[in-house]
Amino acid sequence: MSTNTEQKPTTFIGGAANYLDERLSLGGVLKNFGRKVFPDHWSFMLGEVAMYSFVVLLISGTFLTFFYQPSMASVHYEGSYAPLKGAEMSIAYASSLDISFDIRGGLLMRQVHHWAALLFVAAAGLHMLRVFFTGAFRKPRELNWLVGFFLFLAAMGGGFTGYSLPDDLLSGNGLRIIDGMLKAIPFIGPSISSGLFGGEFPGDEIVARLYSLHIMIIPALIIVLLAVHLMMVIIHKHTHYSGPGKTDENVVGFPLMPVYVAKAGGFFFLVFGVLMAIAATFTINPIWNYGPYDPSPVSAGTQPDWYIGWLDGALRLAPSRMDVELLGVVLPFGVLLPLVISLAFLAVVAAYPFIEKWVTGDDREHHVLDRPRNAPTRTGIGAAGVVFYAVLWAGASTDLIATNFQMNLNQVLTSMQILLIIGPVIAFWVTKRACIALQRKDREIALHGRETGRVVRLPHGEYIEVHEQVDKYELWKLVDFKDYQPTLARPNAQGKITLGSKIRAALSSFYFEDRIAPVSKAEYELAHADHSPAPSVEKPKRKPRELVGKK
Amino acid sequence: MRRRPWAIGFVIFLGLVLSGGGYAAATNVVQAEVSSADQVAEGRKLFLANCASCHGSNGEGAIGGPSLIGVGAASVDFQVGTGRMPGQASGPQLYKKPVQFTEEQISAMAAYVASLAPGPAIPDAEYLKTTGDDIDMTHGSELFRINCAMCHNAVGAGGALTQGKFAPALGGVTEKHIYEAMVTGPQNMPVFNDANLTPEDKRDIIAYLKYVEEADSVGGYELASIGPVAEGLFVWIFGLGFIIAITVWLGAKAN
Amino acid sequence: MSEVEKVYPAGLATNIQKPIADPGIEPHRVRLTDKSEKAAKGAEQQIAVMFGISIIGAIIAIWGFVAFPIADLADTRNNTLWMGIGMGLSLLGIGFGAVHWAKTLMPDHEVSEARHQARSNDESRAKAIEIIKTADAESGFTRRKLIRRSLYGALAFFPIPALVIFGDLGPQVGDTLKHTIWKKGVRLVRDSAEGGTAIKASEVTIGSVFHVVPENLKDIEDHGEKLNQKAKAAVLLVRVEPSDLKEDPAKASWSYDGIVAYSKICTHVGCPVALYEQQTHHLLCPCHQSTFDLADHCRVIFGPASRPLPQLAIEVDAEGYLVAQGDFTEPVGPSFWDIRQS
Repeated sequence: MSTNTEQKPTTFIGGAANYLDERLSLGGVLKNFGRKVFPDHWSFMLGEVAMYSFVVLLISGTFLTFFYQPSMASVHYEGSYAPLKGAEMSIAYASSLDISFDIRGGLLMRQVHHWAALLFVAAAGLHMLRVFFTGAFRKPRELNWLVGFFLFLAAMGGGFTGYSLPDDLLSGNGLRIIDGMLKAIPFIGPSISSGLFGGEFPGDEIVARLYSLHIMIIPALIIVLLAVHLMMVIIHKHTHYSGPGKTDENVVGFPLMPVYVAKAGGFFFLVFGVLMAIAATFTINPIWNYGPYDPSPVSAGTQPDWYIGWLDGALRLAPSRMDVELLGVVLPFGVLLPLVISLAFLAVVAAYPFIEKWVTGDDREHHVLDRPRNAPTRTGIGAAGVVFYAVLWAGASTDLIATNFQMNLNQVLTSMQILLIIGPVIAFWVTKRACIALQRKDREIALHGRETGRVVRLPHGEYIEVHEQVDKYELWKLVDFKDYQPTLARPNAQGKITLGSKIRAALSSFYFEDRIAPVSKAEYELAHADHSPAPSVEKPKRKPRELVGKK
Repeated sequence: MRRRPWAIGFVIFLGLVLSGGGYAAATNVVQAEVSSADQVAEGRKLFLANCASCHGSNGEGAIGGPSLIGVGAASVDFQVGTGRMPGQASGPQLYKKPVQFTEEQISAMAAYVASLAPGPAIPDAEYLKTTGDDIDMTHGSELFRINCAMCHNAVGAGGALTQGKFAPALGGVTEKHIYEAMVTGPQNMPVFNDANLTPEDKRDIIAYLKYVEEADSVGGYELASIGPVAEGLFVWIFGLGFIIAITVWLGAKAN
Repeated sequence: MSEVEKVYPAGLATNIQKPIADPGIEPHRVRLTDKSEKAAKGAEQQIAVMFGISIIGAIIAIWGFVAFPIADLADTRNNTLWMGIGMGLSLLGIGFGAVHWAKTLMPDHEVSEARHQARSNDESRAKAIEIIKTADAESGFTRRKLIRRSLYGALAFFPIPALVIFGDLGPQVGDTLKHTIWKKGVRLVRDSAEGGTAIKASEVTIGSVFHVVPENLKDIEDHGEKLNQKAKAAVLLVRVEPSDLKEDPAKASWSYDGIVAYSKICTHVGCPVALYEQQTHHLLCPCHQSTFDLADHCRVIFGPASRPLPQLAIEVDAEGYLVAQGDFTEPVGPSFWDIRQS
């Protein structure tokens, strides 16, 4: 095959490129991807923050593996930290202390690793919220939502297994809680616990097992899921916010080379740099304070890292005395109930795109994102979910809330229990109404322009406030969204209205009964027919369920 | 489980009475310091003026205050010396306040209360030193974790108890007051008598606490040493906050 | 293609109306650096300065490593700080430089690229189906039932050994969760790394709390096994005014003159419950705030726990030391399904 060598490279780089292309057909790859367009918006960078934090985790974690020893055999500490000199502890804890005190850069790497872990999960969570509230999970991206969901779980798993490796008092008590939760599972619980710990809690195997999960299986899983996640982004191309010229058939933004390479590449260094600056100046997980793991002591303020906090909070908020005995089998609902509720919450999160798709019956591809206000019910559901999660999360800090704000611990806990139930309902309602109010405001602005605050007197004596009309680009942002109408339960081929169809109709009216339609051309023209700013389309009266724009 | 405020007050009152009586019955009472008669007389005057309305004119206890017979000089020195006494409005727990008496006045009142019945004395200086060859900080830190950390946190940052009570943070508390708290068990704190933690044990614990308080933080600013909750809030508010500020700059068009 | 031209299988609840026309991409706003060569030059210099700062940062980091060989904690502090600051600067310099470059000097014209629906076109689909059908015909996958079904069987069975092989991850649970090493006559000793000393009843004054382990714990050689046993056997020893105890007559002999011993392992998920309030006699778990009334057989009075903390029956031996009357009469720690079955 000599057809490819028509151009003779003359420079070194040219030669190298030629060498690679002849073996890897890189030219074709670059031709296809080099000018791929990425839309520009700050909220599209959150997933990148998570990915870059993960890269920082790989880099700093590799350093740590060179010095850390995952063994629970006991030694007497001989390192630099005076209050632990001579203390009996596991090799895992001793080597973590050595990394912290006796290896140059060791503490920095431990801290950057831990901060990066917290940021990884936080950024991934915020990215998920962005995707949720803008409706980016809609067709064709439902599967990528699922991949992202499992990435988030894997990130939590990675975090938890890492948290336990130093084998200090704090993480040991964390493991003990896991052990207690596992034991609560009916019939198989004690066996699962025995399998995990290699016998009774704490045993001398768990650290090595968590280590192999932490440095091999979970990172591999994250890498694979991340690859699939990104591949799907390439297949679907990135979504963009609604704006002039942005449609479901195009993607508007900047080309990968050179702009995005510089921006995204530079952004990696920025994320890494911020993490490094934090790690240099802020202590995280001072394991030397907690002491070696011993099953008898515990420290006040025993909490997991933030991303496990909501599960710990769920455990705290369970009611008292919930063991139920049934035919000699004890079901500890004090543990099972939080477990089931947490899993159900995760299941709803995972299934949401499919639920919404079923309710709307919308089979179109969506590449233009919703402004959250233009999907009031979804935004309300999201807010309810956020509040539910946040109350559970705050539930994990009841003791700290009580001491730091001088409140009564028992009252704090009871309030959280109440808030967990009514908080999401209030959040849903307030958010949905706020969205609808914002949509009304958008309508006003689209039809009548912005209030300028300038009051003038007309020749015939009338006073009016001058409204400034928005330009066509801004107008487009206000009116470009899709209108949905509730469906009715329809009979199927046999002429029967099935239960499923009834449920669907009920959900559909729950989603779309209260809604504001985008300004139509007719309305717009009517409002601008004469240039008098007097409203020719009357404001909607507050009638329940019957809002403006409904046909 | 709800309790009315008066019920809490009553329980606390009852507890104070009983624990005070307990000292008298206890087997390892430290002999009261030998004090001059003048000092005791001065202490009694101060006591009648400032304490007797709650604790009775002979320290036998009254409505609002437990008996002080047998609580010892250490108890007075701790309660008055940290400003907890004279107590203010009733609440779940007495707070640390500005101290209202001079050292001499506190010593006089302590001497008076110690003269009522034997009780724990103000500790000797040899158990309050924090450096020296005989101090075993590793032992102190282990004892602290086993006996104290569950309420006061692994580095003495404090923690919550039930119904609005709390274990205070230990930073800034003097060696003497820490010792006295251990030996007298103020309010809901249990007593750690010398049979449980020897004076040397107590000294090692105090040495560890002072080491933690005074040592430079190796990892940087400590975020109040309250653990993962502070770290999580920090990463959300400042870590992610700062990075979002960068993304906004990154996504904004240049002038 | 506009939305109207595109054929979508109509969604049930959708109502497409696009009344106001899309004005198209906004015109490009000219930047300072596009207009003025001087501004562009300035931006170029700023970017170079940022890259320069990055180099300085790297040098600071190297200096931080070399300058503070570890002798004491202050050195650890210093090399963490300076290496971190240096590496942070080095990274931020590159990052800010690159992004500033992209923003000021690289083109900022928004471009549009067409999307295609994820669905393959009909031709490709037809081709794909044809390939599958050919493959099926050639292999006889559908036709040869015996092969197909035996393959399913084989595929179903082959992973089972991969699960079975993990059977030895942990031993059979047996009755390990139901017993501790407490036995009749075992002394209560102070919890301590060196193997604590025994406790006389007279030493436990009212309001005192002792953290206790069984004396035979120190006889266990294996470190892991020692922790396992300690994890179940840890006990809290307290003396209260005997008149404060609300004792069940059947268990009245379990305490000694107001001295009571309870398992420290929370019956919720197993944290050590050790926050004892001497006036209220409440025991609080710091992990999930379960609260137990120690004066009333550690009844649960708040929080997610269900069972009271098991009580260890104690007595005094001939020398005046506290000893156990036997093991706990019920399992300690978190509830599990067969906890009531013996």
